[in-house]
Amino acid sequence: MAKTENPVVGKIKDVAQGIYDKIRKVKAPDIEMPIRSLNNVEYNSKEGYFKLLNKVKSRTLTASTIRTFAQTLRMMSLSKDLVETDDIATKREAYYVSKNWGEARFREQPESDTVMDDIEAMMGVNREQIGFIPEEKGGAIAGELIVIDKDDEGKRLEIDCTKFGSGAYSIPSSVEELSFKTKAKFILAIETSGMFERLHKHNYWKDANCILISMGGVPTRACRRFIRKLADEKNLPVYVFTDGDPYGFGSIYRTLKVGSGNAAHINEFFCVPQAQFIGITPQDIIDYKLPTHPLKEVDVKKIKDLIKNDPFIIHHKAWQDALQDMAKMKVRAEQQALAKHGLNFVSEKYLPDKMKNRKTWLP
Amino acid sequence: MEQRTAEELAKKARDISISEFFEKNRHLLGFDNPRKALLIAVKEAVDNALDACEEARILPEVNVELIQLEESRFRMIVEDNGPGIIKAQIPKIFAKLLYGSKFHKLSSTRGQQGIGISAALLYGQLTTGKPAIITSKTANGKKANLLKLKINTSTNSPDIIQEEETDWEGKEHGTKIEIDMEGNYIKGRQSVDEYLKETAIVNPHATIIYTNPEAEQIIFPRAVEVLPPEAKEIQPHPYGVELGRLMRMLETTAASTLQQFLTTEFVRVGPGTAKEICANSSLLPNMKPKNISRELAESLHKGIQKTKIIAPPTDCISPITDAQLEKGLRKEINAEFYCASTRPPSVYRGNPFIIEAGLAYGGEQEADGPIRIMRFANRVPLLYQQGACAITSAIQNTMWRNYGLQQSKNSLPMGPCTVVVHMTSVWVPFTSESKEALAHYPEIVKEIKLALQEIGRKLASFVNKKRRIGEEAKKRGYIEKYIPHVAEALKDIIGFDEIQKKKVEDDLAEILEHTRGELEQVGVDNPDYDEEFAKIGQEENGEEEADDFGETKKKKRKDDDSDEDNDKSDNDGSDDDSEDEEKPSKKRKGSKQTKLMDDGED
Repeated sequence: MAKTENPVVGKIKDVAQGIYDKIRKVKAPDIEMPIRSLNNVEYNSKEGYFKLLNKVKSRTLTASTIRTFAQTLRMMSLSKDLVETDDIATKREAYYVSKNWGEARFREQPESDTVMDDIEAMMGVNREQIGFIPEEKGGAIAGELIVIDKDDEGKRLEIDCTKFGSGAYSIPSSVEELSFKTKAKFILAIETSGMFERLHKHNYWKDANCILISMGGVPTRACRRFIRKLADEKNLPVYVFTDGDPYGFGSIYRTLKVGSGNAAHINEFFCVPQAQFIGITPQDIIDYKLPTHPLKEVDVKKIKDLIKNDPFIIHHKAWQDALQDMAKMKVRAEQQALAKHGLNFVSEKYLPDKMKNRKTWLP
Repeated sequence: MEQRTAEELAKKARDISISEFFEKNRHLLGFDNPRKALLIAVKEAVDNALDACEEARILPEVNVELIQLEESRFRMIVEDNGPGIIKAQIPKIFAKLLYGSKFHKLSSTRGQQGIGISAALLYGQLTTGKPAIITSKTANGKKANLLKLKINTSTNSPDIIQEEETDWEGKEHGTKIEIDMEGNYIKGRQSVDEYLKETAIVNPHATIIYTNPEAEQIIFPRAVEVLPPEAKEIQPHPYGVELGRLMRMLETTAASTLQQFLTTEFVRVGPGTAKEICANSSLLPNMKPKNISRELAESLHKGIQKTKIIAPPTDCISPITDAQLEKGLRKEINAEFYCASTRPPSVYRGNPFIIEAGLAYGGEQEADGPIRIMRFANRVPLLYQQGACAITSAIQNTMWRNYGLQQSKNSLPMGPCTVVVHMTSVWVPFTSESKEALAHYPEIVKEIKLALQEIGRKLASFVNKKRRIGEEAKKRGYIEKYIPHVAEALKDIIGFDEIQKKKVEDDLAEILEHTRGELEQVGVDNPDYDEEFAKIGQEENGEEEADDFGETKKKKRKDDDSDEDNDKSDNDGSDDDSEDEEKPSKKRKGSKQTKLMDDGED
């Protein structure tokens, strides 16, 4: 008795069948998929994430699109095989599989990543559901948390994140099956691993009874999903601690909280709407007299772009004001700049002060 | 310290002979280093040979041979089929500086001052101490004269070391010159090889046979069987005459009145214009020229500039013509596209001139570097001082991007392209005595740019067509390449059989191809190019073949073939084969593999 067909496989077959039927009628077939960009999302403050609108792009088969068309179909075929055999391939592996496709092979991995994202959006599912996983690790965790996972034989494993000494637990690429035990009071998501190390070293998580997560730049999907799951299941507040620069605000915090344009079709699950921004704000630069760097040209451009085009920033007057202030001050400050007042200033003064005073947060 | 009187000092001063002057200042004539000296000597000898042939209305065939005698000593032998030189004139022509027939007239011949070949002799004598050997024969049946000559530098007069009469068997008429000299033979941009190749391009009526010091023989065959029209001599145009020259002309003229002087000594001046000039200069037409003082001459000079005088006649200069320039390019450069353009005559400072430009695009030419520039003045290649030349700056200031070449602002365009610019004039303005760069007269620069724009537009239409066809072919290639993948993937996903897969492929081909028309062809447009005949600049492949066939013979064969083709076109293949077999080889010694276009250096 064949097992019931996976819905993803069904969808792939439907799309292929549609194309086949068109071809046999000697009509140019096309593939439709949602446009994945900030132009095609809206920010809904109630639901708290970037929601995909209904703009679609259609890839009609012509002489100039046939290469991508062929690659998309071959990638769908690969995805179908993976799902049917309950296997996975990393993005890099998928790229290498294509080297077996002769002329249709991908020249660079970004090409295969784009096609993969297209299929993902077309199917309206998460990449992992079509059998592909990313390379990158989700981030590092230290603090009052037990992650419940399984070993490869399916046996239950309890991983105590307090028991990694000076090291840290690393978020796996797929987090859907994990569950948690914790008595922590909040989650602190940190931009740089440098700051994470400092707080970890000084046992900040013990003193503040929290879970520290290092995002290492823009949080990966796994990291976002992990934080979301953890925060939802354990009903924990999430605080985000980044550099005081347009990248920290607009790329790292924004993506964590409401998702991205590129992954708009899955933002619903890969965002953390409960996240709150606790630093470093332009006001902090003034209040704490932090050492600064001048804004670079790209920073200025990014600020303008955020104010003009980012639906999240547009929705929040407070963010627009903060960005305007930064543009006027013409400076940015890094998390580590707090060390000006002593290495422990951040854990002993800055963070406790921030936690107490909601007014210093940004939405 | 002992003082000296002016009288004492005066004793030391004496006349300097022109020969002595150049003995000390040989760089002024281009003999500044052994490498360049070798090139300049060949250039002067070949210029003379070509001029002599053309003046006598003989299709030139010039034989150039360089023999390496020692590490840095060479023998240059240049032989032509010109009219020969009578015995009495040989010593003066070759061994006296500033002796010549062309200095006192205005015409667009190669040589002008009568310095070049004597300077080569002088250089040889200076560096080896040996005399030059001149052999000349004026007609069949007569004996040839052989003279060994040196230049007496203190008197600038010939020393005949030895003279004899010889039989020059198998030669109807012509002149041969042999000079031993210090030199350095290298290949590349500023080499004898390059000079002769470029000479062949702009002199498609000449056959040049060249044997280099490595004993490889290269033939540059003639591509056209007609001589260029004779360069006519003209009188100066009033606009082009400087004050000093005007004063000298006034002194030496045979005319008895100013009006007569103006009408007889200048071109384009009739009695009306002469009177007008006189009026504008506040001079009387019946004044005696000899009585005109410096002041009056100056007002005459100003008066001339104020008077409107028609431009000089332009039939005195003869361009290569666009058709022949293109032929020259075709035979020496293997490219995909050729074009050339000849501008109508124009005038700068009273001197008529014509600018011509041509280009060869694509093919085997280097695609990554800047284009190759070939500059010519009166059919003579200019190999040095490219950066200082008006031609170079005109090329840099032309917007080649519009014509399909890459170019950063005000620099040479990049791409697989050779651009040729030729200026012909009765008086070519060089920036210096060594005659290596054209001066930047606005009229000349403007004409060069117009010529470049004309060939540029032709290039653009070719490049665009090529790109269009290239893209189309690429798309078609795409279709063929990727159809199987679409079918294969669908087969994998849906799971149908090979027959259905084939049907999908056929349907896809129909869907994609019915929208596209027939594919245009753009082939290599060069029936004239013959690999065997344009070896310079390329790797040689060393075939050993008989060397008895000249270009004339080969051309004839080609014509015959094409006639035949009309009658029996089914015989194409065999015709080609037979032609291949009889194709003359240019090399006697084919064992050496050489690349002639090694990096040139300055």
